Amino acid sequence: MANKSWILLLFVSLSFFACDDDTPDVPDDNFDRTALLTNWADNIIIPGYTDIAQGSKSMVQAAEAFQADPQPQTLNNLRDAWWKVYLVWQRVSMFEIGKAEELGLRDNLNIYPVDTEGVLENISQGNYNLELPSQRDRQGFPAMDFLLYGIANGDAEILEAYTTGDDAEELGIYLIAVVTRIDELLDVVLADWTSGYRDEFIDNNGNSATASVDKLVNDYLFYYEKALRAGKVGIPAGVFSGSPLSTHVELPYRAEGDQTLLLEALDYTQRFFNGKDYTSQQEGVSLKSYLNELDAQKDGTLLSELINAQFESARAKISQLESDFAKQIEMDNTKMLEAYDELQKNVVLLKVDMLQALNINIDYVDADGD
Amino acid sequence: MYTRNIKNYFSQYAEAAPLAVFRILFGTLMFISLLRFYANGWIEKLYLEPSFFFSYTGFEWIKPLGSWTYLIFVLGALSAIGVALGYRYRLSATVFFLSFTYIELMDKTTYLNHYYFVSLVSFLMILLPANAYFSVDALKNENLRKQYIPAWTIDAIKLMLAIVYFYAGLAKLNSDWLFHAMPLKIWLSAKTSLPVIGPWLQESWVHYAFSWAGMIYDLSIPFLLLWPRTRLLGFTFVVIFHVVTRLLFPIGMFPFIMILSTLIFFSADFHHRFLHQLSRILRLDKRIFDNRIKMSKGTFTHLLIPVIVLFFVFQLTLPFRYVLQPGELFWTEQGYRFSWRVMLMEKAGYANFKVVDSSTGKRFYVDNSQFLTPFQEKQMATQPDFILEYALYLEQYYQQQGIADPEIYVESYVSLNGRGSQPYVNPDIDLTQQDISPDNRNWILPFNDEIKGL
Repeated sequence: MANKSWILLLFVSLSFFACDDDTPDVPDDNFDRTALLTNWADNIIIPGYTDIAQGSKSMVQAAEAFQADPQPQTLNNLRDAWWKVYLVWQRVSMFEIGKAEELGLRDNLNIYPVDTEGVLENISQGNYNLELPSQRDRQGFPAMDFLLYGIANGDAEILEAYTTGDDAEELGIYLIAVVTRIDELLDVVLADWTSGYRDEFIDNNGNSATASVDKLVNDYLFYYEKALRAGKVGIPAGVFSGSPLSTHVELPYRAEGDQTLLLEALDYTQRFFNGKDYTSQQEGVSLKSYLNELDAQKDGTLLSELINAQFESARAKISQLESDFAKQIEMDNTKMLEAYDELQKNVVLLKVDMLQALNINIDYVDADGD
Repeated sequence: MYTRNIKNYFSQYAEAAPLAVFRILFGTLMFISLLRFYANGWIEKLYLEPSFFFSYTGFEWIKPLGSWTYLIFVLGALSAIGVALGYRYRLSATVFFLSFTYIELMDKTTYLNHYYFVSLVSFLMILLPANAYFSVDALKNENLRKQYIPAWTIDAIKLMLAIVYFYAGLAKLNSDWLFHAMPLKIWLSAKTSLPVIGPWLQESWVHYAFSWAGMIYDLSIPFLLLWPRTRLLGFTFVVIFHVVTRLLFPIGMFPFIMILSTLIFFSADFHHRFLHQLSRILRLDKRIFDNRIKMSKGTFTHLLIPVIVLFFVFQLTLPFRYVLQPGELFWTEQGYRFSWRVMLMEKAGYANFKVVDSSTGKRFYVDNSQFLTPFQEKQMATQPDFILEYALYLEQYYQQQGIADPEIYVESYVSLNGRGSQPYVNPDIDLTQQDISPDNRNWILPFNDEIKGL
């Protein structure tokens, strides 16, 4: 037989052989990445940013009312408005993609501990540009925590600082500058999503380091690992320093509420995994459904079930903590470390097992492969 | 008898045109590759931004040189042009080999088989008389101008290419690749959004067809290209294969390099026609190179043959060095690199380092992003030599931070070809007490499965 026909025969027979070898345990993946991105954009991300942008408008109004007339009622109104926005922030902080990524939204809105000396310096000197990178830890929600709860001891003294204090006027101006900046940044991000970025995000439905699924999942995991696990729990509990740093909690001045913020963040991290609609909580196309479509398993159990179970164990440990983490750390840091360990376990499931099953590129450098 | 055959082989002559065409294409592609590397911002991202670099044993002294790193790329790009033109050829080829290899040795994070291939070919090119024909050197110096060169000098390139394909095929003879379609199942399944073929790539039989076709392709292509009767068919497969892989995977310039390199298997006639067209564009008189002069077998060639033979003996044996090491090759990766194991496995990992101050018992975890880029962290987490090198670096770092005797432990997990993640390094072993030499790697936990095959 001539060489050529021999080799052709070989290649043709290949397909038959491959058919014979088709084992039923290997699932097909008819997953639709466009549907996934659409669910994320339309039912989770955009409603979340819409919610927070509205809340931040109320916060600005409350801040203006307080500045005009600092008294217990307006202070409490502002504190409530700020707290509501801060809670919603926990639901959208993970979506650091597009405009949010470009602006460094999380770094501008939620870097803590706040640089209190810097804040006071800004207030007394009056010339500051909050857009500068050097000003990032002098603004955002943590700066508000300081301005609303930490500027003096007790509500009476705080009100005094805004009314009869040496820098009372400048303090009010700074407060307005901080809320305005939060509001403006959130507006820009929402406007970008609703004026074109949504389509760009959904259309980029491929599988590469720069595709939307790969990028957002990387951002999501980065958030979970750095902002949630390390920032809210690990760093204050001393996981990375060897000794606890109780001043590094998210709310050093309000004190009560660290646990609430963390639980909110954890809830919405899990909701994103399950693709839950922002308002109706209806589950849509998600990382979970994608993993199930691929029948991704570990030791005979669905990977998505293991991940959800791990979210639950972390939640259980966090529920046992004090509302004020600084207090918890000083009283019994072991409980903080236990909560950290449960959060940590999901890093492995998400970053190793899930990323491999979904073939998501982990590197941000879009370099060549073999 | 054999000696006579061998002597006979080494005294055969062939037209110099195929090697000249190879030189032109190789030099041009290398120039484009380096330019592309720069244009993508990779020099900055890969060699200037990181603060720590992973070294090959014995080459720890090769590091990026800050802004001077750009100069190495400039040298590489200029010498690539020199190679393509055949201008001051030996110097150009030597500078290209040195600069390109230096770049590859700066950080093993970026190791790719095709970079290794380029280094090897450019080393061979220094030794081969690729400037004897259709080069600036031969144009300027009539004494250099030869229409015929020893046939083995062209065969050396062919053998190099054959080794790459054949060994890549051998490496695919394992149970994961053939009987589980792994890792292609993972990679192809993710390509849901490709037009037309996207839905097909979700089919299980397609994963198996790709795996088997890839294996048969790699093993058979050298022979299809060698035999004149199947050459065109073989080249068609080469083009289809590399175009398909280019569409599916981010493999940069490699497909083009391979497609154009395999042209060297074609007849001298083909290359003459190619050069004829080229000389018309360049307004050169190609006939001045067709002087019917054979390159004399000087002492240089005699010295060269043993070097080339040694080179290939080394190339043929090196990929099998893994058999000397215990444990599953895919798991421990001892002997994995430099063996043409191309796109052979999918590995994901996570490594969490713990520092213990042995004098106080104080312990804490390391934030890897303080020292490594995400790309480096990813590569580190699945490769033991990276893990150990990084641990030893952390030891040094924390010594400077005032911990006299830091112990470094790592909690790590690796998932291989879709198996669930399993612990990778023994978390109870202080890595600072381990030797970087590959002989003692008992700190790697055993692989809980078996992959049969080569």
